Amino acid sequence: MTNAPAVPVTSAPQRGWYKRNEIAVTPWLFLAPAILFFAFYVIWPIYQSIAISFYDWDGLGEARFVGMANYVELMDDSAFEVSLWNNLKWLLFYLLAIPGGLFIALFLNQTVTGIRIYKSLFFFPFVLSQVVVGLVFSWFYLPNEGLLNGILGLVGLGPINVLGDPTMATYGIIAAGLWPQTAYCMILYLTGLNAVDPEQIEAGRLDGAKGWKMLWYIIIPQLKPATFIAFVVTIIGALRSFDLISIMTNGGPFGQTRVLSFYMFEKALSEYGFRMGYGAAIAVVLFLIMLVFIAYFLWSMWAEEKGR
Amino acid sequence: MFPTPIEKTPRSWQLTYQSLLPVALIMWLLPLIAVAVFSIKPAVDFTQGNYWGMPSSFEMFNNYGQVFFNSDMPRYMLNSVLITVPTVIGAVALSCLAGFALGIYKFKSNIWVFFMFVAGNFVPFQILMVPVRDLTLDMGLYNTKTGLVLFHIAFQTGFCTLFMRNFIRALPIELVEAARVEGIAEWKIFWYVVIPLMKPAIAALSVLIFTFIWNDYFWAVVLTQGPESQPVTAGITSFNAQFRAAYHLMSAGSIVAALPPVLMFFLMQKHFIAGLTLGAVK
Repeated sequence: MTNAPAVPVTSAPQRGWYKRNEIAVTPWLFLAPAILFFAFYVIWPIYQSIAISFYDWDGLGEARFVGMANYVELMDDSAFEVSLWNNLKWLLFYLLAIPGGLFIALFLNQTVTGIRIYKSLFFFPFVLSQVVVGLVFSWFYLPNEGLLNGILGLVGLGPINVLGDPTMATYGIIAAGLWPQTAYCMILYLTGLNAVDPEQIEAGRLDGAKGWKMLWYIIIPQLKPATFIAFVVTIIGALRSFDLISIMTNGGPFGQTRVLSFYMFEKALSEYGFRMGYGAAIAVVLFLIMLVFIAYFLWSMWAEEKGR
Repeated sequence: MFPTPIEKTPRSWQLTYQSLLPVALIMWLLPLIAVAVFSIKPAVDFTQGNYWGMPSSFEMFNNYGQVFFNSDMPRYMLNSVLITVPTVIGAVALSCLAGFALGIYKFKSNIWVFFMFVAGNFVPFQILMVPVRDLTLDMGLYNTKTGLVLFHIAFQTGFCTLFMRNFIRALPIELVEAARVEGIAEWKIFWYVVIPLMKPAIAALSVLIFTFIWNDYFWAVVLTQGPESQPVTAGITSFNAQFRAAYHLMSAGSIVAALPPVLMFFLMQKHFIAGLTLGAVK
């Protein structure tokens, strides 16, 4: 009996290892596909873009290292300056979607017959693609055929060529963007209003709070989670604005409606040439602006997780 | 309820409110109504300057017929379907797995992996553009639907994982613990215990991702060109170039392009809104 098979002795601890570590290993097995995909298509490209921004590269030939030259060039690029200012306008005016959405939500937060249909029809612009919104509004703004000038004509004003006017065009595009964005904020607030504690409202009424006071001191504080999400999606939406500009003005007139995201695309991938390095540098600037907000969002989420 | 329920207000305000509702709605949707009216007008109305009046003849069937039978539109629509549906399946599948891992297991780097997905989801597209276009070219997938689908799955996984993880966190963890005590393997817990509970989240996410991907324009322009692979958002610009200044046809084309997500929304409204507003209340 000295030559008893040694197999069970070696295989037992092997099976044991997986069993012992099942709880530790399983999450990584479940995470692996998502992490691989995400690292390959999102995380790694961010690093690559930052690297490319230090090169002069047309996308095909040899890339030449130029250090900070692309960033130095950005400093006196007037088109870059215009884009940056326009981004700021987008950030500021796009936030109007939040009070606008709250206003419509308060208007619709009733229980009359057919109100559900009204709510979905008010929300419906959000479902349209930005391309369609852009087309719809560029036709709305048309100097001759557009409905806007038709209405202005009725009251004896106009005609105005919103998208042809360098000072007005950006605001015209932002107004188009506000349409679906306000709808989005509205639906967030409608859901939030549903969850407002009725007892607090009753208590407020007994204390004599009415109208604005009630809204400001009792309702809005309870809508904080909805406001936070509305803020996040609106900021992200403002900095992502590309489709509307591309469809409605293509950056014009005279490049006055460019924003960073559009200018980057123009530099890297259009008839104006294939300056990948320069484009990447613009993208890095946009990324850094976004990073401020991302850091704030993550910090808020982290604080909330800890609070649980 | 706030504002004061309409039943408790004076009769005069009730009547005002009831008549205000449709007026407000019409004003809100005015640009869209104009396009809908454009799309049933004959071409002659535009040459004669009858832009906002009643259509001189009812040309709905003609105009939409042109869009469906005399342009590349059906092709673009099919491309959109072939891009959107696989993306929805892929992104939802990956995020179910990842959301399960992040929602159920406690391990040190859990929150960091989660934040990686969240942060990546907020990144501006432009910082990815040059490298992703390059990767796609190198893999020989430039101007193919597959190239676009693979990227969309990867990018949407960020948002989907955030969504799924938060949903799973809200499930009763005792169910999983009870199954573990019974000695059930972890993957079986995932498949037989957690997945059935995630059905509402899967439905909500599918509708949302369908809409997001159908409406994507930027990546369609960056990664594809031409009617053999372009989705309808990018195709509509070529369509409009083909029918330049023919507003009745361009309007009809835009309405057709917008229709699938709109139908999806009206059919699956409950799921859509549940998905969109997850986290809007505590």
